[in-house]
Amino acid sequence: MNYTIGEPIRDAKAPEGPIEERWDKRRFSAKLVNPANKRKLNVIVVGTGLAGGSAAATLGELGYKVKSFCYQDSPRRAHSIAAQGGINAAKNYRGDGDSIHRLFYDTVKGGDFRARESNVYRLAQVSVNIIDQAVAQGVPFAREYGGLLDTRSFGGAQVSRTFYARGQTGQQLLLGAYQALERQIAAGTVEMHTRHEMLDLVISDGRARGVIVRDLVTGEIETHLADAVVLATGGYGNVFFLSTNAKGCNTTAIWRAHQRGAYFGNPCYTQIHPTCIPVSGEYQSKLTLMSESLRNDGRVWVPLRKGDDRVPSDIPEDERDYYLERIYPAFGNLVPRDIASRAAKNVCDEGRGVGPGGLGVYLDFADAIGRLGREAVEQKYGNLFEMYERITGEDPYTRPMRIYPAVHYTMGGLWVDYDLQSTIPGLFVIGEANFSDHGANRLGASALMQGLADGYFVLPTTLGDYLANGPFGEVDQESVDEALGQVTGKIGRLLSVDGTRTADSYHRELGKLMWEYCGMERTEESLRKAMERIPELREEFWSNVKVSGDEEGLNQALERAGRVADFFDLAELMCLDALHRTESCGGHFRAESQTEDGEALRDDENFAYVAAWEYSPDGAPVLHKEELEYEYVKMTQRSYK
Amino acid sequence: MAVTGAVLVLFLIAHMVGNLKIFLGAESFNSYAEWLRTVGEPAVPARTVLTLTEIVLAGAVALHMWSAVSLARRASKARPVKYVARRKSQASGYVVRTMRYGGVIIVLFVIWHLLDLTFGTVNPKGFGATPYDRVVAGFDPSRWWVTAFYLVALVMVGLHLRHGLWSAFQTLGLTSGGRRRTLNLFAAVFSTLLVLGFVAVPIAVMIGAVK
Amino acid sequence: MNLTLKVWRQNGPADSGRMMTYQVKDVSPDMSFLEMLDVLNERLILEGDDPIAFDHDCREGICGMCGMVINGVAHGEQRATTTCQLHMRHFEDGATITIEPWRAAPFPVVKDLVVDRGSFDRIIQAGGFISVPAGSAPDAHSLPVKKDDADDAFDAATCIGCGACVAACPNGSASLFTAAKITHLGLLPQGQPERDARAVAMVEQMDLEGFGGCTNTGECTAVCPKGISLDVIGQMNRDYLKAAR
Ligand SMILES: Cc1cc2nc3c(=O)[nH]c(=O)nc-3n(C[C@H](O)[C@H](O)[C@H](O)COP(=O)(O)OP(=O)(O)OC[C@H]3O[C@@H](n4cnc5c(N)ncnc54)[C@H](O)[C@@H]3O)c2cc1C
Ligand code: HEM
Ligand code: HEM
Ligand code: SF4
Ligand code: F3S
Ligand code: FES
Repeated sequence: MNYTIGEPIRDAKAPEGPIEERWDKRRFSAKLVNPANKRKLNVIVVGTGLAGGSAAATLGELGYKVKSFCYQDSPRRAHSIAAQGGINAAKNYRGDGDSIHRLFYDTVKGGDFRARESNVYRLAQVSVNIIDQAVAQGVPFAREYGGLLDTRSFGGAQVSRTFYARGQTGQQLLLGAYQALERQIAAGTVEMHTRHEMLDLVISDGRARGVIVRDLVTGEIETHLADAVVLATGGYGNVFFLSTNAKGCNTTAIWRAHQRGAYFGNPCYTQIHPTCIPVSGEYQSKLTLMSESLRNDGRVWVPLRKGDDRVPSDIPEDERDYYLERIYPAFGNLVPRDIASRAAKNVCDEGRGVGPGGLGVYLDFADAIGRLGREAVEQKYGNLFEMYERITGEDPYTRPMRIYPAVHYTMGGLWVDYDLQSTIPGLFVIGEANFSDHGANRLGASALMQGLADGYFVLPTTLGDYLANGPFGEVDQESVDEALGQVTGKIGRLLSVDGTRTADSYHRELGKLMWEYCGMERTEESLRKAMERIPELREEFWSNVKVSGDEEGLNQALERAGRVADFFDLAELMCLDALHRTESCGGHFRAESQTEDGEALRDDENFAYVAAWEYSPDGAPVLHKEELEYEYVKMTQRSYK
Repeated sequence: MAVTGAVLVLFLIAHMVGNLKIFLGAESFNSYAEWLRTVGEPAVPARTVLTLTEIVLAGAVALHMWSAVSLARRASKARPVKYVARRKSQASGYVVRTMRYGGVIIVLFVIWHLLDLTFGTVNPKGFGATPYDRVVAGFDPSRWWVTAFYLVALVMVGLHLRHGLWSAFQTLGLTSGGRRRTLNLFAAVFSTLLVLGFVAVPIAVMIGAVK
Repeated sequence: MNLTLKVWRQNGPADSGRMMTYQVKDVSPDMSFLEMLDVLNERLILEGDDPIAFDHDCREGICGMCGMVINGVAHGEQRATTTCQLHMRHFEDGATITIEPWRAAPFPVVKDLVVDRGSFDRIIQAGGFISVPAGSAPDAHSLPVKKDDADDAFDAATCIGCGACVAACPNGSASLFTAAKITHLGLLPQGQPERDARAVAMVEQMDLEGFGGCTNTGECTAVCPKGISLDVIGQMNRDYLKAAR
């Protein structure tokens, strides 16, 4: 393994003292910026999802001069829009015993003890304000007949604390943030740059001072300078090519920041979602998530016999294997995401998978329909069934659905301290783009919570503290020129190769490799294989990729090629991180580290730390460990048997 | 649009009711026409009310046409490049597409109609005859093509109102929730009744029920 | 299956554009419409041609980025479906498919099938929000909302801003989009203080952008992937008339 170990890091920003008081203390100690000065302070926010949208809007409200960027044609289209299930908050509106402490506890435990206690506690505290904020903005959450907000329960929790807006919670929350952002654009505090992709970070005098972006419409390369830069560019699940992320989701922004010195935290932690619609062919471009709620009434099974390709209705009961009910009698079909996912992969690896390529398991509603009647099932899941039929052309009322796990969320990201500041002063990272408060595994409905907590409440305070020392003066022209040179050089290289394969075909191959060797289950052998193959593939990419068109004007082939190039580098670091972490935890399952019953086995003695990787141009990353301490939640092994 | 349309609709209702008096006999019909001209007398000179009505009507038609034209112009400015594939209607379709040329047909009809029954220029009985006679002569079976033209125009009026009424309700913001259905149904029923009411007269003359 | 595609190609806002014909072979009926175009584009790239530019992102019918007029119908003929959710099994082998961008002056073509929908954002900027700075909100339960109102507001709020309504409207009107937002916020108690001003400002901005007027033809709701109802236009007119008075 080619890496070195550097100085351990400690996040010194979280105040000492009782955990309930830390955020208050931090807020109180944060320096304030005088309102007249705010107008002189410029902030760049890249990304307009829940995190970036809410941050840009709030900073604008506070009076800073904000520039906001996204690669889509409108800030409203960030991938947060696709979140279905809901958002957690410790409101205890049900009186079912929920509290900030319980949400904190569940999140730390759900994250398999790889998250920071102080951060998670703050998240739980702020969750309450998020709901107030969203409701005041007009987010139409589901309500009960009494006019009060409805909640549902979600995986990993025994209380009902998930607020939702039918199956479109992310959409409604994002539109709330988007509208707040548009209000600031109209007020002139935020300058919006849509269809702009960030390609590099400008650092001057050791501080993040700006970004290099490409105007995707004209092709022009532009420099934008500011006193601080905020990255809110979302997750990098698309390194697997097929994922539930939007097609444009990328790692470019955070990867370039990483190359400029920001540490990358826990890159290998990825979350796999068990209920996605399976792949139907080579041409497949993305995967679609089906709400997990389906597992409440559907029964998961595969044929007992290998290669049994009879239609499902012809397979008699005693030739079916309801494997989740068999292996986990207590939780049955409702085991957590990672367990359900791995079990599906295992039966498919045994050759018992169904559908194209044997990559699928049945999710059968026959029992539910028999028990509750078709109408009741339709009431509950009608829209999901319709979505399934739209995509597969099969009718789930008469034929069991086929589902398969898919990459869904990345817990890793740029390392940040309690203030959400990366290791580069003035570079703040929020939302899914940072290594987040979720540890090794994210509970359902808590990514939306984190994005909004960061954007509406945490960042505006901590960034103010940083900016109180600003403005930071002139930016050194040399560093701008150097960054510009990097960007144009890379674009030039991509266009000049003129090889015989498209960027997409390389991306597809890289994705398969990652899924196979660094996916749901990782072994030393598989990871080593991947680490051998990735550099070869990257080499080939750089000498044989074909990008048509030129650097001027809208060139979607060029955009894609640039993103794929960065995925190669990231993939390598993910494998290295996965290889060095010889324990299993949360979304990271090392086959070598499991209990007798095949459960993830943590190694708290050796791995209770955040792995923060420092980029090194010579290819041997430096590992900085941030030890995790648990004062309030005792470390225990998860069990769902 | 909706306001001018509403004026025109009110006129049509009154006009239809008036026309139906023909079934009460020549006397009734003629005295009704006479009343139209003398109403308000002696407070105001003869024809004052009728002339006022005519002015309002003419104004309404003019404004209505003006707004139809400006809507059409805005529409073509909003879509300077047309689609290559013929746009397929996904909605109610037919009725809606007749609005513009249907309106033109109606206006042409009204011109003819005025020449025919008001001024008598193109009426076999000429201007001197009573309205009753003009109607009876105008729709004489030998002049079946006139009757046919009337029928076509009336159908156009019906279609125009079918959509126009509902559209006016929507434009005036009267449609909300459950009421939209009712109003839509009302538009359909109302325009059908109105057309039937109008059609009754020429048909009656044709078949000799009124002579 | 094999298909003939007639696609609008336009190299930039200044170019005049033209229809071009492409043959695509061995299309799987399970492909989505965009995947079919991906396959064609891969081939075009390898042949050194410019791939057909089209907008897309989530590919699951929620971001509102995709959209093209397929055989004369915005988002294609399948009801309540975005282009990215349309699948090839709904087409016949050997068919000829015409593909054009949204056509409207306030949606200028950027390239090929990509248009600029910034006018929608500006309509929202005019008033499509509730002014509440972060941190100033009262407790969420301080203001109960009738379930029916909340549900109706939600129905209107599901608009994804795709622009199909404009593309389909014979008048090029943005009424459905604008009305959906006015209705969503106007139905909630939180939206009342700004209700009148919002309706007037948004309608005026819509006219200013150069969208056509609504003559209630209902084409918009028929192609709307989220099935936004014409009720919202009635509501918008009601609010506007009330506020303008
Ligand atoms: C299908 C699906 C369902 C989900 N359901 C839930 C759920 O029910 N509950 C829950 O809590 N979480 C859910 N999640 C997770 C959650 O939605 C995301 O983690 C969260 O929304 C991420 O928000 P974000 O603001 O960090 O990033 P995003 O919303 O992804 O925004 C990224 C932004 O960055 C911009 N950007 C990216 N790269 C660049 C670049 N190089 N240059 C310029 N701009 C760039 C984009 O334009 C975009 O505006 C779901 C995720 C998916 C995929
Ligand atoms: C040149 C002649 C005419 C033209 C071009 C024309 C055109 C139109 C058009 C395009 C509309 C749709 C407007 C909308 O839906 O908002 C309309 C509506 C209407 N028209 Fe006409 N029309 C004409 C004559 C008439 C006549 C003679 C009448 C009545 C006798 C009439 C009654 C109506 C009514 C009631 C409406 C509904 C108004 C509304 O929707 O707001 N029109 N007309
Ligand atoms: C079969 C149906 C109809 C019959 C029998 C009929 C009959 C008449 C008669 C007899 C008059 C003359 C009244 C008079 O001079 O005192 C008249 C006037 C008129 N009619 Fe009709 N009409 C019919 C349909 C219509 C329709 C459909 C329209 C409009 C769309 C219309 C518009 C008018 C107008 C504008 C006048 C002139 C009114 C005036 O001078 O104030 N008519 N009609
Ligand atoms: S109203 Fe419907 S068609 Fe129009 S933008 Fe919204 S979702 Fe698209
Ligand atoms: S199609 Fe156009 S005319 Fe009005 S009802 Fe819809 S906006
Ligand atoms: S690509 Fe997002 S709606 Fe079609």
